[in-house]
Amino acid sequence: MLIKTIVDLLDANVLCGKELLENEIHSACGSDMMSDVLAYVKEQAVLLTGLVNPQVIRTAMMMDMRCVVFVRGKNPSEDMIELAAENGLVLLSTAERLYVACGKLYAAGLAGDGEQS
Amino acid sequence: MTADVLKYHFTVVGGDFTSAGKASVNVKKLLRQLGIAPDIIRRVAIAMYEGEINMVIHANGGTADLEIYPDSIVIILADSGPGIPDIDQAMQEGFSTAPDNIRSLGFGAGMGLPNMKRYTDEMKIDTEVGVGTTVTMTIRL
Repeated sequence: MLIKTIVDLLDANVLCGKELLENEIHSACGSDMMSDVLAYVKEQAVLLTGLVNPQVIRTAMMMDMRCVVFVRGKNPSEDMIELAAENGLVLLSTAERLYVACGKLYAAGLAGDGEQS
Repeated sequence: MTADVLKYHFTVVGGDFTSAGKASVNVKKLLRQLGIAPDIIRRVAIAMYEGEINMVIHANGGTADLEIYPDSIVIILADSGPGIPDIDQAMQEGFSTAPDNIRSLGFGAGMGLPNMKRYTDEMKIDTEVGVGTTVTMTIRL
């Protein structure tokens, strides 16, 4: 699934990484608990979360994720956006709740099970 | 062999959750410049990141040393924190002594040490209550 498809499905705002929307995503993970996110390595993944702090960006960077979607209309700080932009990470914000946002992507064919390391 | 080892030293600042993980980000960039394989870099970065978070939460910071050998990468995380009274208990997924405010920041789920073990080939914990903890992790190349 292309990142721009995620933007369309979730009616999301693109906070940074507009030039990377043609990149492809192969798996997804929805969690507010970063330790759980760090437990499974997935290739070219998107993270959906309601948590907003710089550790979300660092967790995504450690995992080589491509995109982070903040749910429930949450917006990250300028510092977080800057950190993500510097590291080639697309940040999106959607009004959808976590469950619904995950469900829409899953229903559109984005499975959750990336390869485990 | 000693001529082939590359050593790097980082300080992990305690009490500053916002900047926790900076050393891991630097290590990631460093290993990329050295041409290390992406999956190895990811394992090193995640293991070190969890370790850094642990030191910030539990030990008011510490030091992180990275040693790169021709056949392995060794990460040594050392702190002067409270120590771990029961290592077996600490290694159980879900066991955590982190305060509630850490949980609201996305950590403290009792996954740190298990994740560090999961992503490394060897992990050794030297700890003494009231003195500190040193975690040595090895990832084979």
